[in-house]
Amino acid sequence: MNIIKNRYLYFLISLLVIVPGIVFMAIHWVNNPSDGPLALSIDFRGGSLLEVQFSGTLPSINDIQAIYNQYQSTTGQALSDAIIQPLGTDSYSITSKQIDDATKGKIVAAMQSKFGGTVTVLNFTSVSASVGAEVTSAAGWAILAAAIFIILYVWFAFRSVEHPVRYGTAAIIAMFHDIFVVLGVEAMLGYFLHWEADSLFLTALLTVIGFSVHDTIVVFDRIRENANIYRRVDYETLVNHSVVQTLDRSINTQLTVMFTLFALALFGGDTTRHFVIILLAGIFSGTYSSIFNASPILVVWQNREWRTWFRRKTEAQPGTAQ
Amino acid sequence: MSRSRNFWLVVIILLIAFSLWVDLSKNISIADPTNDKLLVNLNTDIRLGLDLRGGLQTLLQADVPNCASVDPNELNVTRQILESRANALGVSEVTMQVAGNCRIVAEFPGINNPEQVVAALQQTGLLEFVDMGSNPVPVGTVIKTDYGQTSATQPAAAGTAQTSTATPNATATAQSAVTATPLANTTPSATTQPSATVYHTVMTGAALDTVSVQTSSVGQYEIAFTLKSNGTQVFSDYTTANVGKYLAIVLDKKVISVPVINSAITGGQGVIQGSFTVDTANALAVQLRYGSLPVPVKVVESETVGPTLGAESVRKSLLAGAIGLTVVILFMGLYYRLPGVLADLALVTYTLISLMLFKVIPIFLTLPGIAGFILSIGMAVDANVLIFERLKEELRSGRSLRQAIDLGWSRAWPSIRDSNSSTLITCLILYIFGNTFGASIVKGFSINLALGVVISLFTAIIVTRTYLHLVLDNLKLDEHPNWFGL
Repeated sequence: MNIIKNRYLYFLISLLVIVPGIVFMAIHWVNNPSDGPLALSIDFRGGSLLEVQFSGTLPSINDIQAIYNQYQSTTGQALSDAIIQPLGTDSYSITSKQIDDATKGKIVAAMQSKFGGTVTVLNFTSVSASVGAEVTSAAGWAILAAAIFIILYVWFAFRSVEHPVRYGTAAIIAMFHDIFVVLGVEAMLGYFLHWEADSLFLTALLTVIGFSVHDTIVVFDRIRENANIYRRVDYETLVNHSVVQTLDRSINTQLTVMFTLFALALFGGDTTRHFVIILLAGIFSGTYSSIFNASPILVVWQNREWRTWFRRKTEAQPGTAQ
Repeated sequence: MSRSRNFWLVVIILLIAFSLWVDLSKNISIADPTNDKLLVNLNTDIRLGLDLRGGLQTLLQADVPNCASVDPNELNVTRQILESRANALGVSEVTMQVAGNCRIVAEFPGINNPEQVVAALQQTGLLEFVDMGSNPVPVGTVIKTDYGQTSATQPAAAGTAQTSTATPNATATAQSAVTATPLANTTPSATTQPSATVYHTVMTGAALDTVSVQTSSVGQYEIAFTLKSNGTQVFSDYTTANVGKYLAIVLDKKVISVPVINSAITGGQGVIQGSFTVDTANALAVQLRYGSLPVPVKVVESETVGPTLGAESVRKSLLAGAIGLTVVILFMGLYYRLPGVLADLALVTYTLISLMLFKVIPIFLTLPGIAGFILSIGMAVDANVLIFERLKEELRSGRSLRQAIDLGWSRAWPSIRDSNSSTLITCLILYIFGNTFGASIVKGFSINLALGVVISLFTAIIVTRTYLHLVLDNLKLDEHPNWFGL
């Protein structure tokens, strides 16, 4: 089995997933300049989410908006732009500018008196815009910090082989590959299903980063070991041999994680479904990138192949000029 | 080597026995047989996080222009005051933690009146001077006052409207009518139920200027206070009109002292007397001094989860976890045969130990926490997969079974070590992130994942191997290579 030989095909497959994701992020950014590339939940942009269940008459969306119109946000703004969505058969999810607990109490009381029955608050979340903005920037820093620490660790762990920096860098390139896949999937889900990136999404993204490097290191470890055993074999063969040797393990680990994640996605309820689907996409991407991107990048680097990328050559593959 | 295997076997058996004991019991208490005193009293119920049992979580932030200017000690004092205040409001199991420079995460499980709790918490202070009229209530009574009930009528504002009859510079003493008022001795069980009467609050701790402990002319400890100018006015008007009546000093709705007004206090100074020791006087002075929050706070984030949503999530997550675990166990058994079955046993061991640690540490189970745990089941298997793939390779290259087992473990170790280290690094960064921003979801997830990584290393490397050698010692496995999936 020769995986490394077809490396540019695998790079192309990665691009075919990542580029549409970037397109969807760009579409969202153009449509919502204040939001950035992803549809953000109130966790990041601030606001309030109220989920209420009605046991009496189920009000219409306009009825609920009429109640919201009577109150103001914490900063004294009108709540006329509340987004009201049905949730199941007897509940509504209402996203608005940030309201405090007292205003929420008044709104629920108003619903109760107008529509009768019991109005149950299933969930109420309220985040101020300043905290949201701070969390967003901190998330960026957290990812950057994780990347730097991991690159340093890999560099340290592979100090016995030639060019240890390459291994750290290749692991990080594979990691950013996975970050872009996850962001792209989220952008597409946001576009088609109106999913919003919340703090659970962030947790999923950070987990994917951890797993991505976890997986890559297992493959690199084999290269490290084989480099000491087969000293006369050329680098490309060595890398390919190592990838093939760890293939069973990569697939089996992938499968066991997928089993538990699929169980969570199917039976774990709505609250974690978004989280789990992002994890599924990310973990799959993590395994793919460690086999088909990280290791081939080492070979590309060893051969300094970028020198031939822009030359007119018959065997040049499409998608090489990434 | 055989001796160290026996050692680990004993350790594992003891660990499993202990885990089973903790996992299956809700409370563990061991009494000393000689004097019946409790040696150990451990609540081993599974602690559910807010998202699972329902309740309110708020993120309070210092209401100051610059976060960096907040003194960490003051923030911690604020947290303590908020905590005692929340307890005084009758909310049980409140947890409050300082997060980052200027935030406090407050969690109130299972409350149904979040609006009132949040409103009471945000007030700067809840020290009140309460009009008792001629019928004082005992110290320790939880009373209702009109302060904060209607935000429109602030007691201080109402007081200043009165005409002043004060004689300047005349000092008087409010004699305490009660004995033994140390607050620390007022145990929760001694607290009487709130009475229906709503008392009038004359003024609040916001009017206090300084508080100090001094000794009286007869050598008793007492607490002296001075008032700010508007407080002086209110106090003067009130005491002038109510000589001979009782004035209760109330902290967080609990009466801490009920002195009688001997004469008008017009100089803005007063003394609280009682049979204080130096310690109890200091304790009360601290309570008074910090009755108002050193750092004003505002709610920047608030989340209320209804109990029904939580209960449903628990049920679904447990079901998903059970299904996921079953599929993984089947897969491992079918694919890796005998070692797979042993890895499955190690996985069950892993689950038992994890559950025990969740209960003992204790770790509050949240939804992302459960997700992290279920995910770590997958990771727990990974180390074994790595080892077994190596084991098969070594067997194929013609080594004997025992050699292959030892080589499989030692060769798989560097990759297990390095890959798990990188996951732990990610967990650490997640934890710091979650802790700084009060994002308890992220924090809970990182703790569970890190714990999962550490336990899985132990079960994969020590437990599975011990099981495998145990089987090896008792069965003639060399004759059955297909038991190893070859």
